[in-house]
Amino acid sequence: MSQTDTRKPALLGTGGLVFLAIVIGLAVLVPALNLLLPAGSALHVPTYLVSLLGKYLCYALLALSVDLIWGYVGILSLGQGAFFALGGYAMGMYLMRQIGTRGVYGDPVLPDFMVFLNWKELPWFWYGFDWFPFAAAMVLLAPGLLALVFGWFAFRSRVTGVYLSIITQAMTFALLLAFFRNDMGFGGNNGLTDFKDILGFNIQADGTRAALFALTALALAGGYVLCRYLVRSHFGKVLIAIRDAETRVRFTGYRVENYKLAAFVVSACLAGIAGALYVPQVGIINPSEFSPANSIEIIVWVAVGGRGTLAGAALGAVLVNYAKTYFTSGMLAPYWLFMLGGLFVAVTLFLPKGILGTFLEWRARRSAGSPEPDAPPAPGITAKPAE
Amino acid sequence: MTDTAAFPVEAAEPPKAMTEKNLTEALLYLDGVTVTFDGFRALNALSFTVDAGEMRAIIGPNGAGKTTMMDVITGKTRPDKGDVFFNGGTTDLTKLDETEIATLGIGRKFQKPTVFESHTVIDNLRLALKGQRGALANIFKRETAQERVKIDEIFETIRLGEHAHRLAGALSHGQKQWLEIGMLLAQDPKLLLVDEPVAGMTDAETAQTAELLREINANGHSVVVVEHDMTFVRDLGVRVLCLHEGSVLAEGTLDQVSANERVIEVYLGR
Ligand SMILES: Nc1ncnc2c1ncn2[C@@H]1O[C@H](COP(=O)(O)OP(=O)(O)O)[C@@H](O)[C@H]1O
Ligand SMILES: [Mg+2]
Repeated sequence: MSQTDTRKPALLGTGGLVFLAIVIGLAVLVPALNLLLPAGSALHVPTYLVSLLGKYLCYALLALSVDLIWGYVGILSLGQGAFFALGGYAMGMYLMRQIGTRGVYGDPVLPDFMVFLNWKELPWFWYGFDWFPFAAAMVLLAPGLLALVFGWFAFRSRVTGVYLSIITQAMTFALLLAFFRNDMGFGGNNGLTDFKDILGFNIQADGTRAALFALTALALAGGYVLCRYLVRSHFGKVLIAIRDAETRVRFTGYRVENYKLAAFVVSACLAGIAGALYVPQVGIINPSEFSPANSIEIIVWVAVGGRGTLAGAALGAVLVNYAKTYFTSGMLAPYWLFMLGGLFVAVTLFLPKGILGTFLEWRARRSAGSPEPDAPPAPGITAKPAE
Repeated sequence: MTDTAAFPVEAAEPPKAMTEKNLTEALLYLDGVTVTFDGFRALNALSFTVDAGEMRAIIGPNGAGKTTMMDVITGKTRPDKGDVFFNGGTTDLTKLDETEIATLGIGRKFQKPTVFESHTVIDNLRLALKGQRGALANIFKRETAQERVKIDEIFETIRLGEHAHRLAGALSHGQKQWLEIGMLLAQDPKLLLVDEPVAGMTDAETAQTAELLREINANGHSVVVVEHDMTFVRDLGVRVLCLHEGSVLAEGTLDQVSANERVIEVYLGR
């Protein structure tokens, strides 16, 4: 009997379909409950909540981007926030140019902060951002190119493990310092804000908010399908092999640095899209998005949800951020960072595969004997490469 | 330096042995290879050749430098001195990295079995299978009918067919060793370097492994096997090289080598 003519495992599997159904369900349901029900109705979703949920889904997409490289290639990037922020700035620059004469100083071309700095003309790197397709391309290109250049040097020099984590952290910190400077031309400390409209729609309007939410949910669904396809392709199998035994992959004739680079760039672009969707929904982008602590927080989301499970990363992002909203709005606010740290320690010690990873393992053990595993086992936080 | 200094030194002065007949015929050629770790000579002017189609056993006490020798051939370790040539002297392996050397047709089985533990057994073979290695092309790769046939053949050789869909991490030690040999076969290299393949195997498995390697060799692959197990080496029935402190102590048939005074003294014991 041939070993190879088995049924092709589906692209998504049951778990993937459930995840997609939830996300697409949200894309329809939340806007509908916001727009179609009267404000008094018990099921009405207020607009502030639409934007809050939209923010969570942006974080979910960001977590997904981290899981692609951390969960499947073993690249623990502590600088993913930089790609998110760059995508956000590209969108912010577009939104700034849409303000036109409605700014405080009423300058038709220059954003308020440039007038305030006494600048006479638009810096060259702001050209083109008034045109949406250009800005949209920049949402992908800015993080993608940074990842390409950074990754090319790092992976070619075989920087791995803790050292790689440290230099990614240094990268986002350097950008934080740069974007803080007024003379960089990105609004300095205050960043970009006071947006008026997007593609001609009032950015504050309920309909715009609902549409942005729906788009975010669709982007998350699309990002999930893309990542899922990638990790199950031959390319993805090589990625997992690199995570587990990098040296062996080299001796098998694969150019490891190219695989890492491709995954890193895709991941950076996904983070950039998440940032671009985040900015119009929260109404501001400033340099604090580059802060190293932000990037570390993303790792906690992924660890909580389950590294190497994709859907778990998204789940972790939503759960941890829901907890953050809940706790930081009450008496416990000053202790949030301690709670986050405690959560990370607790997950590492007691739930190393995260919520979804633990669930999948339990389910696999229950149905032990099924010949083809639906997915390779989640690696867990503490899993180390074989060599 | 005279006026020849304008030329790269290597180009002006080909390796002295380059003109010798044995280099042009040898598949693998090591000459005067020295590797030092913090002043300790793991390889000390090591020289030997392997002919195309030959199988060679390498024995020697622990720390003799056998694994380091494989590291040098596969590009993991750069020698401080010496020449390493492949394909009849046409390719200088010391200038290439691991991926390029693997692509040239040198496959390696590690001393500690190294398979992709979170992949299924069949996926391990698919990953190793000779063919497309490009990252972008492999995003869209589909398994071809030929590849399927080839994998079925390998399963027949390594006898792990019933485990095809188990995770490689769940295999026994001996099965992992076999899977790794199967992965080497899938790579279809000209030269296989096999580091202690029967460590941890039962006697029956050891005998089967010897047979498997002979079969692989008979199919036209050159093989270099490092092993301590003398019964196994005898089963292979090939020329033996004994390494000691990073250089060749003795070379010949197993009987010749095991009769050598020095070999008995440092390795076999009296
Ligand atoms: N990366 C390394 N750094 C320092 N010493 C090493 C390294 N690799 C091997 N050695 C030393 O080189 C010697 C030869 O090792 P090895 O080639 O593994 O021997 P063998 O495989 O014959 O048992 C040993 O003494 C070992 O300790
Ligand atoms: Mg060894």
